[in-house]
Amino acid sequence: MEPEGGSALAKVDEVYRLESRRVFATLIRLLGDFDLAEEAVHEAFRAAVEQWPSQGVPGNPRAWLVSTGRFKAIDVIRRRARFDERAEELARHFEGQGGMQDEREAMDGESSGSPASGGKGLEDDRLRLIFTCCHPALAPDARIALTLREVCGLTTEEIARAFLTEAPTVAQRIVRAKAKIREARIPYEVPAPEQRSERLDAVLRVLYLVFNEGYSASSGDVLARSDLSDEAIRLGRLLVELLPEPEAKGLLALMLLHESRRAARASETGELILLEHQDRSLWNRELIREGSALVEEALLSRRFGPYTLQAAISAVHAESAMPESGPPKATDWAQIAGLYDVLLRADPSPVVELNRAVAVAMRDGPDAGLGLIDRLLATESKSREALVGYHLTHSARADLLRRMGRNQEAAAAYRRALDLTRQEPERRFLEKRLSDLEHST
Amino acid sequence: MKYLCLAYGDEKKYAAMSKVEIEEMGVACKSHDQELHQGGHLALIASLSPTRSTTTLRPLNGKTVLFDGPYAETKEQVGGFFILEARDLNEAIQAASKHPAARVGEKMGCALEIRPIEFFEVTETLKA
Repeated sequence: MEPEGGSALAKVDEVYRLESRRVFATLIRLLGDFDLAEEAVHEAFRAAVEQWPSQGVPGNPRAWLVSTGRFKAIDVIRRRARFDERAEELARHFEGQGGMQDEREAMDGESSGSPASGGKGLEDDRLRLIFTCCHPALAPDARIALTLREVCGLTTEEIARAFLTEAPTVAQRIVRAKAKIREARIPYEVPAPEQRSERLDAVLRVLYLVFNEGYSASSGDVLARSDLSDEAIRLGRLLVELLPEPEAKGLLALMLLHESRRAARASETGELILLEHQDRSLWNRELIREGSALVEEALLSRRFGPYTLQAAISAVHAESAMPESGPPKATDWAQIAGLYDVLLRADPSPVVELNRAVAVAMRDGPDAGLGLIDRLLATESKSREALVGYHLTHSARADLLRRMGRNQEAAAAYRRALDLTRQEPERRFLEKRLSDLEHST
Repeated sequence: MKYLCLAYGDEKKYAAMSKVEIEEMGVACKSHDQELHQGGHLALIASLSPTRSTTTLRPLNGKTVLFDGPYAETKEQVGGFFILEARDLNEAIQAASKHPAARVGEKMGCALEIRPIEFFEVTETLKA
């Protein structure tokens, strides 16, 4: 018990920062309703601000908040009950259930020592919340918005800013998703083992999209909206901690390895710098080490998938630049091309085809890569359609043509890429390449 | 909790299938149907006659007017439905995914829609 008021308030702030989403996740389970749980969290923290300075900080703040929040929610239901008889029944129902079990779980958390470890049941609540927010029965946009709002605690304004949309649009997506969860009765649970891998894919997809939106904004003039990437990595760490599946590790590794190059991928004026021209001393070794170790764990499991393979490719780039000992080595393009072969079988897509062609160009020379890309563009298929409209197809072609000295064709390909790109830094990069080329001829 | 499951398909595509194809489809459906029936969640299941036998009633100028054909003139029409009794949406999805429309009907443009419903017994409605 800490008698001093100021430090008690500081403790409330700290607990809010660290625990409010966990308290929220548990209250959703106990109350069966997102909005009621949200209100209960606010009421519980308001009570903490009022009581902790005078009565001291409780031994297990999280358990105190959960139990206070639950009683506050029952009050809320009671207040509504004046207008609605059924709500009174509901209040009695909540009063009767869960209380004892809840306290027992809270005690488990306390007896296990560190307040951060918590009871197993409480940890599961956060996993329940993640799986519910990423449920495939919800619209993809809604899954992202709901996850950022409910799991990460971002405001709708923050989410709207990050995705370049209006706050009311985001709010509406969230409201609709919550209504569907309630009305269609999407359960608040960690899926059974036989459904888990499919459902985990949906969760990983959300994390991946959030990270990408932060790492390479799909439009606008900001190269990276790093807050979103940070959130995605935080979520990834949480997921690996709660459910250490190989692909979860693979995705976390992929995000960490990309993140490790953030400082090197743009110049001070915001110009895009290609991997091969990046100042590798700016790469974050800590993140590379962590990412590479996770890749290795995932690969050893032999149950890995596309995220792990992409991370493995990223790790080869990172490790050749900064080996454990000795001077930097040349990038092992043979290994990268080989990994792309495996990735193409595991998760075929036009983008993987294109990247594989670039890796082959680095291994066997630009003409080999160009041959592959041109063959992809010549074969009638869905992937051809996707590649024709993709700016990176044309900038990759342009780059290979330039290396082969076919400058006029290269310039035409750069112009095609310029027509298609929506990213401002990318546009400036392509314009510079094009003007260099025009001046050299 | 009760869920209404509507099985959609493209009648034209079905009509264009050969006898052999229809037989093959029938065989493929059988095991899925069995699984669905044995799953213990099925409350009611029905197959609909083709839309050419459908009549639609609409209020028009204060009267009820009859129209030939279905309400929505879309390519894909409801060809069957069933009602599931399930604890929540996950259980309903698990049970409904056994239905042929969610498994083997790709050639016929099949799809299966799941919607939660309030279900009233006819006698209860009359009493109320």
